[in-house]
Amino acid sequence: MSQITDERVRSRLPRTEDLSLLHEVSMKTAGVSRLEMCIQCGSCGGSCPSEMDMDHTPRTLFAMLRAGMRDEVLQSNTPWICVSCYHCVVRCPQNVHITDVMYTLKAMAIREKKYRDATAPDFAETFVEMVEKYGRSYEFGLATRHYLKHAPMRMVSMAAMGLGMLKKGRISMKPRTIKGMEQLTAILNKAKEMELAA
Amino acid sequence: MSTYTFYPGCAMESNAKAYYLSLMEVAKTLGIDLQEIEDWNCCGATEYVGMNLIPAYSLIARNLALAAKMGSKTLVSPCSACYLNLAKADYYMTERPSLGETVNEALAAGGLHYQPGSLDVRHFLDVLINDIGLDALRAKVVQPLKGLRVAPYMGCMIPRPDYHKRWSDTEHPTELVDVLKAIGAEVVEFPSAATCCGGHMTQIGPETAYELIRRLISSAEAAQADIMVTVCPMCQVNIDAYQGETNRHFGTNYEMPIVFFTQLVGLALGFAPEKLGFGTEITSAAKALARIGMDIPKSAEEGGPRKKQGGLPMPPCLRKNVKGAAEEAKA
Repeated sequence: MSQITDERVRSRLPRTEDLSLLHEVSMKTAGVSRLEMCIQCGSCGGSCPSEMDMDHTPRTLFAMLRAGMRDEVLQSNTPWICVSCYHCVVRCPQNVHITDVMYTLKAMAIREKKYRDATAPDFAETFVEMVEKYGRSYEFGLATRHYLKHAPMRMVSMAAMGLGMLKKGRISMKPRTIKGMEQLTAILNKAKEMELAA
Repeated sequence: MSTYTFYPGCAMESNAKAYYLSLMEVAKTLGIDLQEIEDWNCCGATEYVGMNLIPAYSLIARNLALAAKMGSKTLVSPCSACYLNLAKADYYMTERPSLGETVNEALAAGGLHYQPGSLDVRHFLDVLINDIGLDALRAKVVQPLKGLRVAPYMGCMIPRPDYHKRWSDTEHPTELVDVLKAIGAEVVEFPSAATCCGGHMTQIGPETAYELIRRLISSAEAAQADIMVTVCPMCQVNIDAYQGETNRHFGTNYEMPIVFFTQLVGLALGFAPEKLGFGTEITSAAKALARIGMDIPKSAEEGGPRKKQGGLPMPPCLRKNVKGAAEEAKA
């Protein structure tokens, strides 16, 4: 141990590593994330179907977490490009809950407003808002609001498809509301209170 | 008749109604009694967990708490995302008991409680294979789908991460193949069977999604499949409804229909296509069904009578999919 410290001093590296960011992300993740166990093998990036559109592969991102690069990590588009396919998760030799770490990073980027492109965070916020209002997802409201705000031009090109879905009775124009809204709201309010305290 | 608690999920009421219709017919025929959870709520898809952890798990846990009151130990979901969310919340609350305690504190605000690990969360495909069995299914087949070339598309969230080792393989699962063979279909070699459709990326990062959709359709096309089948509403929408957008993006002209596996099982069990929601797909399955001598009635294809042909006014460049536009352009 002392030998490592001596080498660090000679190389002008900090005497001890600051792993607070790594631990913070790990603790905020559901289940036991095992993020600390990453051995930087790269199986995740090599298994990822959308890696070509990511700023950093998951492996790089985890190295950045270890290095305490908070802003760079929370600004990375990587968690937003993750498609939740769990290929990396089943191939990870250390059984790191990679997809769930990505969810944690999204939540942190939203809370600290560090994301660079607002499209995906806004979509998530609108989705959550609809669920909190009705207890069910409301695709019609979600899609129209999302496209109006973020891709009005795309809305034109999507009209044919939307019309097709409407014609086939596959989109409901009216939201469905659950009966136990009061109960659900009480549960979610309590949960949010605890989330903020955590 | 075996009774199970049933969590349909939001999509079953809207874009995946073909899944709902066909699933109910198939379940009834095979003696599976699905009791819907009273007043269930949305599972949060992949969005809620990416915003607020404890509220997201509490949202899911309300369903688990309501389901636990229903009597059956098994909770069945037909949607991949719902299945995974329910299974994951249950698993993580046992893996990390402090999460379970926190979530239960939130549930208590609504007068509910859930004991983590007390339910078995399973997908309908798993129940069909492991409880009913392929032999019982084969015995009920009255119209084998001989000659129909099918690409079995399992997608991601059923075989992975597979917390309870319920599936044959995380990357090359065989369950769907076995069911399709049991109903007499010809299953094509489909190496992309468990790759991703892009999920919600069709909304938030369409170019990423279109590439994943293209890979899947081109793989099914290369295997000369007549039709793809899926076990998930999200996969169905992405490959079916976004196929036109994907074609436009890549300059391709794929016409690969995709339906729910329960729709094909329903056909083999002797139900008429319109009883199973055929005709509600955007990329028509009519040509594929014609190969086994079945047709989809015009009324089901059209989705009911329309006041006026041609739909809403649209710029000419977008009219190719609209009936009557071609003639209009010529005139």
